[in-house]
Amino acid sequence: MNNKDLLNLIDITVSFEGFLALNKLNLNLKKGELRAVIGPNGAGKTTFLDVITGKVKPTKGEVIFKGKSLVGRKEHKIARLGVGRKFQSPRIFENLTVKENLEISVTTPKSPLNLINKSIKDEQLNEIERLMKIVNLAQKVDSKAGSLSHGQKQWLEIAMLVGQKPDLMLVDEPVAGLTDEETDLTADLLKSLSGENTVVVIDHDMEFIRRLDSNVSVLNQGTVLCEGTMETIQNDKKVIDVYLGRPED
Amino acid sequence: MSLSKIKFDKKIVLSFWVILIALIIAAPTLLPVFRLNLLGRYLSLSIVALGVDLIWGYTGLLSLGQGIFFALGGYCAAMYLQITSSSEFPNNIPEFFALYGVEKLPFFWEPFRSPVFTFFAIWIIPALVAGLIGFLVFRNRIKGVYFSILTQASLLVFFNFFNGQQKLINGTNGLKTDVTQLFGQMVGSESMQRLFFWITAILVIAAWFFAKWVVKGRFGNILIGIRDDEPRVRFTGYNPVIFKTIIFSIAGGLAGISGALYTVQSGIVSPQFMTVPFSIEMVIWVAVGGRGTLLGAILGAVFINYAKSLVSEALPASWMFIQGGLFILVVTALPEGVLGWIQGDGPRNLLQRFGLKRKIETYPSLEVKNKEGNNE
Repeated sequence: MNNKDLLNLIDITVSFEGFLALNKLNLNLKKGELRAVIGPNGAGKTTFLDVITGKVKPTKGEVIFKGKSLVGRKEHKIARLGVGRKFQSPRIFENLTVKENLEISVTTPKSPLNLINKSIKDEQLNEIERLMKIVNLAQKVDSKAGSLSHGQKQWLEIAMLVGQKPDLMLVDEPVAGLTDEETDLTADLLKSLSGENTVVVIDHDMEFIRRLDSNVSVLNQGTVLCEGTMETIQNDKKVIDVYLGRPED
Repeated sequence: MSLSKIKFDKKIVLSFWVILIALIIAAPTLLPVFRLNLLGRYLSLSIVALGVDLIWGYTGLLSLGQGIFFALGGYCAAMYLQITSSSEFPNNIPEFFALYGVEKLPFFWEPFRSPVFTFFAIWIIPALVAGLIGFLVFRNRIKGVYFSILTQASLLVFFNFFNGQQKLINGTNGLKTDVTQLFGQMVGSESMQRLFFWITAILVIAAWFFAKWVVKGRFGNILIGIRDDEPRVRFTGYNPVIFKTIIFSIAGGLAGISGALYTVQSGIVSPQFMTVPFSIEMVIWVAVGGRGTLLGAILGAVFINYAKSLVSEALPASWMFIQGGLFILVVTALPEGVLGWIQGDGPRNLLQRFGLKRKIETYPSLEVKNKEGNNE
């Protein structure tokens, strides 16, 4: 743990009625880092995000973000501190238009009073324009988000995430169901976001992870099995065992 | 949930307003006082229906307890009328107290001597009670069917409490208003009833504009967001508890105004306003009219109630069956209500089905421009 770290997870244990979803997990993220998290099904990847965003309270352990503990804080407070999350299946507001979705994400402050009696600020409108250009949705401004294709929905959600201006972006399976071309574009987009932002990407897709060209953490049975570059990971005996299975099992 | 935020054509909205205003202006001359009074009552019910649409149609909170706030508004108005008309009775307190041997006015009646206090109490007291109940429920993340059950249980608590308090508020008999005096006139008199009709008509329009203002823009979008995916709203940094409490409180305030107007036009407020079926009916008006349309809530409340009185006059026993049938029809065939169906090109599809209108044979994408906003 040092000052350059944006996020420290210290000995996180999450127990669901005896089942350990996370088991003494330790993970540190530097500011501006792009980190990929992989692991087999049931390794605790989504629970790991749930703990950071406040959806699940860890049974034991500590989450330190920008020097503050996140444990016990409400989800919306954590989001306001600067943690943004993109969900596994695209979760956008389907009955609202693309623009209205983005308005919800870029609006600050997020209080009822501000929303009801003030109109949106110009700089926020500019931000929306910029985001729509980045994710190629400019011509869909007034379409219902529900009418977008799957890929466009994924991108809209990423745009919403960026619009929140979080210090830490947690991205859960951003390329599930995307075409190869869309996957490549998404990888480039995420890479361009890191540096300014700290990004954690969770995914199964090895090609995609390789393209991110980042440090990789491998989760297994609720704990970090191995950390390093893609090359290190691929040559690690433990990782090979987990992914390919041990003969004696 | 495919419920969309329906945006109406300017033409439909405009023609609706023209017809509505023409009807309201014409009604007092065309209708006999009895019918006018009924229309006034049903218009006042449309205000509580607007509140139901705000919390259910927009925010997804199905409250089965709006009768609480409706009755509270009614009681506030009735207490004021009773107390200002009590000078000829023993101890200068409302007549019914003598039946139970009460000689001193209960303390909570005192502020209702003031018309100013009453004016505010009619909507602020129900709004505060709704806000309090709402906050406690929402803070504990009770939602969906559990929320509905809880509101219904609260309704029963209030019903039983009001029913049993003879010495405080005349219990099950309720408070009569038609023989009380206001501005030196009998509240039940014809001229007063005409006045109340006008006040109601104006307040319905005002309430509609208010509700429209609440749901327009980003505040309304957050409500829709809460309805469709509440956790997502939370992870975006909004606190749904506050938004839900505010909108539930607004609906409570509207219910209070509605109850007060209904009371002065029906001549009595009693715990019957807090029965379970009545609060469920409020939901039916909105469901039939069209959820999330506001206009549908007004039309649903007025037309269903008018139909109820007409049918009940002709075939007294059959109304409950018709109402039940209507509800089943809407749930199965018109899930977005009558207005939602009209706006969703329902009539044209129906005509096409019977071969009365030609199908449009182009790619759906080419038609998107005309149909913008109705995509399923």
